[in-house]
Amino acid sequence: MKFAIKVLPKPEVLDTQGRAVAETFTRHGFDVKSCQVGRYIVLDVEGQNPEEAKANATAMVKKGLYNPLIENFEMEEIK
Amino acid sequence: MSRVGVLRFPGTNCDRDIWKSLELKGKNPQWLWFEETFDPQAFEAFVLPGGFSYGDYLRSGALAALSPAMESLKEADQLGLPIFGICNGFQILCEAGLLPGALMRNEGGRFIDQWVDLKLENVSPAWSPLEKGQVHCMPMAHADGRFFINETGLQDLRMNNQIWLTYEKNPNGSVANIAGIMNKKGNVVGMMPHPDRALFDWMGSRDGLRFFDHKAVSV
Repeated sequence: MKFAIKVLPKPEVLDTQGRAVAETFTRHGFDVKSCQVGRYIVLDVEGQNPEEAKANATAMVKKGLYNPLIENFEMEEIK
Repeated sequence: MSRVGVLRFPGTNCDRDIWKSLELKGKNPQWLWFEETFDPQAFEAFVLPGGFSYGDYLRSGALAALSPAMESLKEADQLGLPIFGICNGFQILCEAGLLPGALMRNEGGRFIDQWVDLKLENVSPAWSPLEKGQVHCMPMAHADGRFFINETGLQDLRMNNQIWLTYEKNPNGSVANIAGIMNKKGNVVGMMPHPDRALFDWMGSRDGLRFFDHKAVSV
């Protein structure tokens, strides 16, 4: 089963990449209110059933694919 | 002679510097390879050198923190053995949960390589017999060295005297000018600047040499 994981810096944490992107595009005339840059991870994991596969993917996220001190994540199943 | 384990991960590049630093202090350094576990009781202390483990993939230090050798290092922490992480070694210790907080991209977004003055805020009971208030001069060289911890985390660090070193002049936007911290017990310490790059006068300073000493810990 495939899962997509979006990882973004927490809003209260300074996101230097997001800031640089926002500043650069603002200079090019775009009206950028804010920008966050994160990661998009696609996992293909095994499991006896869909629930187990999802539990395995979640365990990987919690073991280190994101850092709860500075990031939030969202996970969804994909085709 | 004190056996000190020096951990090597793919992309570690300050390992020889650490080896030399420890030899200068009369220690007996031993390599430890990331893929292998080890017996923590066969060593008196451990150092995690700087570099770019796993090319900083995912987050600096995140993949190295999941190495088999780190499982043994966690046992060493349980035994109260002194553990010292420098630069990428500090990032690995934070990612492994052996130290609190996280190291993020410098505020200015750039890799910074310059000399910095560091003030010793609190003495680690296990590592380096340094004096409180002493100022040490050495190079820093990193892009991901902005120490971050939330408000309650910072309060805990202050309350438990876990702030080890602060920058006299904050170069990277670190919370509370923090350059190095220790865990609650004080046996695990980490710092972003490089004491291993300040060993002799011809290097510009020999202040770093003071950092390669540890106190005897009875296991």
